[in-house]
Amino acid sequence: MSQHDQAHQDHGIKPYVIGFVLAVILTVIPFWLVMSGSMDKVTTLWTIVIFAVVQIAVHLKYFLHLSLTTEEGKMNTFTFLFSALIIVLVVGLSVWILYASNAMMMG
Amino acid sequence: MFGKLTLEAFPFHVPIVMGTLSVVAILGLALVIALTKYQKWGYLWREWITSVDHKRLGVMYIILAMVMLLRGFADAIMMRTQLAAATNGAAGYLPPEHYDQIFTAHGVIMIIFMAMPFMIGLMNIVVPLQIGARDVAFPFLNNLSFWLAVSGALLVNISLAVGEFAKTGWVAYPPLSELTFSPDSGVDYYIWALQISGIGTTLTGVNFLVTVLKMRTRGMKLMQMPIFTWTCTWANILIVASFPILTGALAMLTLDRYLDFHFFTNDLGGNAMMYINLFWAWGHPEVYILVLPAFGIFSEIISTFSGKRLFGYTSMVFASGAISVLGFIVWLHHFFTMGSSADVNAFFGVTTMIIAVPTGVKLFNWLFTMYKGRVQFKPPVLWTLGFMVTFTIGGMTGVLLSVPGADYVLHNSLFLIAHFHNTIIGGAVFGYLAGFSYWFPKAMGYKLDEKWGKRAFWFWQIGFYVAFMPLYVLGFLGMNRRVNHTDNPDWNMWLYIACAGAFIIALGVLSQLIQLYVSYRDREKNRDVTGDPWNGHTLEWSTMSPPQFYNFAQEPVVKDIDAFTDMKENGTAYQRPEKYAPIHMPRNTGAGFIMGMLLTACGFGMVWHIWWLVIVTFLATIVTYIKRCYDNDIDYYVQPDEIEKIENEHIAAVQSTLKA
Amino acid sequence: MSTSVMNHDAHEHEHHDSGSTTLFGFWMYLMTDCILFASVFATYAVLFMNTAGGPAGHDIFELDYVLIETFALLFSSITYGFAMIGANRGNKQVTLLWLAVTFVLGAVFIGMEINEFAHLIHEGFGPQRSAFLTAFFSLVGMHGLHVTAGLIWMVALMLEVKNRGLSPRTVTRVGCLSLFWHFLDVVWICVFTVVYLMGTVQ
Repeated sequence: MSQHDQAHQDHGIKPYVIGFVLAVILTVIPFWLVMSGSMDKVTTLWTIVIFAVVQIAVHLKYFLHLSLTTEEGKMNTFTFLFSALIIVLVVGLSVWILYASNAMMMG
Repeated sequence: MFGKLTLEAFPFHVPIVMGTLSVVAILGLALVIALTKYQKWGYLWREWITSVDHKRLGVMYIILAMVMLLRGFADAIMMRTQLAAATNGAAGYLPPEHYDQIFTAHGVIMIIFMAMPFMIGLMNIVVPLQIGARDVAFPFLNNLSFWLAVSGALLVNISLAVGEFAKTGWVAYPPLSELTFSPDSGVDYYIWALQISGIGTTLTGVNFLVTVLKMRTRGMKLMQMPIFTWTCTWANILIVASFPILTGALAMLTLDRYLDFHFFTNDLGGNAMMYINLFWAWGHPEVYILVLPAFGIFSEIISTFSGKRLFGYTSMVFASGAISVLGFIVWLHHFFTMGSSADVNAFFGVTTMIIAVPTGVKLFNWLFTMYKGRVQFKPPVLWTLGFMVTFTIGGMTGVLLSVPGADYVLHNSLFLIAHFHNTIIGGAVFGYLAGFSYWFPKAMGYKLDEKWGKRAFWFWQIGFYVAFMPLYVLGFLGMNRRVNHTDNPDWNMWLYIACAGAFIIALGVLSQLIQLYVSYRDREKNRDVTGDPWNGHTLEWSTMSPPQFYNFAQEPVVKDIDAFTDMKENGTAYQRPEKYAPIHMPRNTGAGFIMGMLLTACGFGMVWHIWWLVIVTFLATIVTYIKRCYDNDIDYYVQPDEIEKIENEHIAAVQSTLKA
Repeated sequence: MSTSVMNHDAHEHEHHDSGSTTLFGFWMYLMTDCILFASVFATYAVLFMNTAGGPAGHDIFELDYVLIETFALLFSSITYGFAMIGANRGNKQVTLLWLAVTFVLGAVFIGMEINEFAHLIHEGFGPQRSAFLTAFFSLVGMHGLHVTAGLIWMVALMLEVKNRGLSPRTVTRVGCLSLFWHFLDVVWICVFTVVYLMGTVQ
């Protein structure tokens, strides 16, 4: 075994730089959209959500090195995807339940 | 100096509590004297308290569970006798404020400090052995998890002597659990006991998931893991996915109570429903965490004692998986009556009904496993058969409750109480007791006495029906849960019967204690010499009883689901390798114990607002952890000559038994 | 199964707490943390409209300030990346240097957040004011507490690297903190989108 454990693959500088540049772009645009108020409300909301999702994917790929090619990357990725499923279920259903019950209270 | 803590917090004027405390004090003193007299303190510290061995931790978890079972069961007996005494408008012997603490403590203790440690204890003893591993992935963390569980249990029991426990029911719904309506220490004890032990449980979940994913022995594919390991794995996935939600909900309640936040308050926009929602988003997966491993235990037992391979292994794995995922989309059925929309109630009602399907698949698998097998009616099998009947009834009343319209009628009635005891006792507890008698020889080296085991089973089984079937009737007659006294002549007879049932179960518990004593007394006669007392299918039976501390001298090579059966059939079992290699083992450490005790003190300080104690113990916990991280002397190697000596003994014992 | 794979397996199993197992375990712990955050996000989503006569999000958020905070955290991500590369290549000085830079950026972020909170509390918009502010302070504060824990960990790690050098065990720890740090960045994306941006959109 070499000086360091095989678990730490040296990803080099490139992914970090790509990830950083993309992250900057994906941050500045939604901030600018909201601060300038140049789009209507619904479009803005959807746009910033999409930008956030894309930026999360960028961080996962370039900074957290999730991948589907290596054995380790696969395990981490599946773990993440399962957690994401649970989060969507818990957050989505909770919001649905509580908003529906609020609506009943108003009615 | 002592925050809110004053002499008035000690219940000198409550005779029942003082009586209990004096008994506990006498027993504790006797234990201390015995340990000192036989000079066992050092042994206890070196071999048990600081142990990172999963088998030892498993045994300690089960001891914790049994002690807590006695405590929780005492609560149950008190509730049933109170309700039998307080009929026709009589007051009974437990005033409401005491009674409310008892039913809260009963729920918390039975779920969090009895069922969970029992399940995690069995998992600790068995799972690493079943996958041919030498230990879990993070042995120190395993030790820490155990002491965090103990820490929570300690806090619950300290509340008996100092202050009081929550009077809110085990769910602690706000706004009742908010400071305005529960200003005393009870809810705070509840919060910190659950919070500390819950973090330990989360760590256990992570630990065992990494263990099964990373530490399986050579050749063992995921779809070759023994079924108990699989159901534990699903349970661990549920732990990892649901316990953080409890942590979050409790933390928010804490902020409401300590810093005047407004998550769940009535005023300034708080929403109490969100707590209820989050609590059950954890609470529902929690019941599957309890019952899935029990399903695995039944599968192992029914296959072993029918002398057959488990019917439908693959469908069993996927049915457990389906239950796990579906378990995350049904939680609203615990609060249909909160008044969400018809769409919401319909969605959760339907998903709840669907969950009965994979459970049914499992039941048929067990029946088909027994079909044409030679079933031996030993105690583990009796528990399994008792489960199959009892759990089916509980499951069907559950499907009844899953109809929102019916739930509006039955909600909060004793019908519900009967239903969930029907599933939790008939499912989880019977499962753990089955697993206890099945793996006892593996953990301790001798078998449990069968005669007393059968007596215990029949008392439990009959007592269960006598105690809980009347509750279904009482539910239909309109009796609510958490009632302190009644005045309705129609209910009396059923309350008396239920009380009698509780005492029949008490005889079952007594039989189990006698069984332990008799088995220990006759341990030489009942010794498990070969390590394979039941002609087992899986790898844990290929080791000694109790197993070598390193589990396996060399890692077994697995080619089949029933790996050990396969080895015995092909003559590769008990083979001596040409040469033993040194084995890498973790060293014991006191850090987990120290951190657990520090956090107990920290929780106590939080309950009573003793801020200096909180700060000091919290910092000390972090320092202990960092020190442990800097420690380099954490492992060692077992040398081949030592291994050879131990292994030769085992093989000689097996061969002499096989000849005779 | 080929012999080489078997040897590889045997080797893997020899080590408790071996690097890849630790990293995977830590990743799984982070997923539990993720679900913890999710439950607080859900609560925020339920409570954010309940302002109880107090200020709403668009009354108190200053997006240009938040953008600077965001950039402090983004820069700290790439600088941690450089520290990680240094550690993988066994270069102690480079690792220490970039860890220190990351620490400063993290401290700037936390300092700005504390300043924002102090400002709000001073104006009478503390977490006790309304359910919205309760949820806002808790969600953003929970992320802040995580960053603070990361900073304390970073100090401990720098001391370890400095005193003991880059042993495999230490490099694994640099890797764990790397996961933690980048994970917090991902959570921050959710925070600035859901809390600040959506709260400001009228």
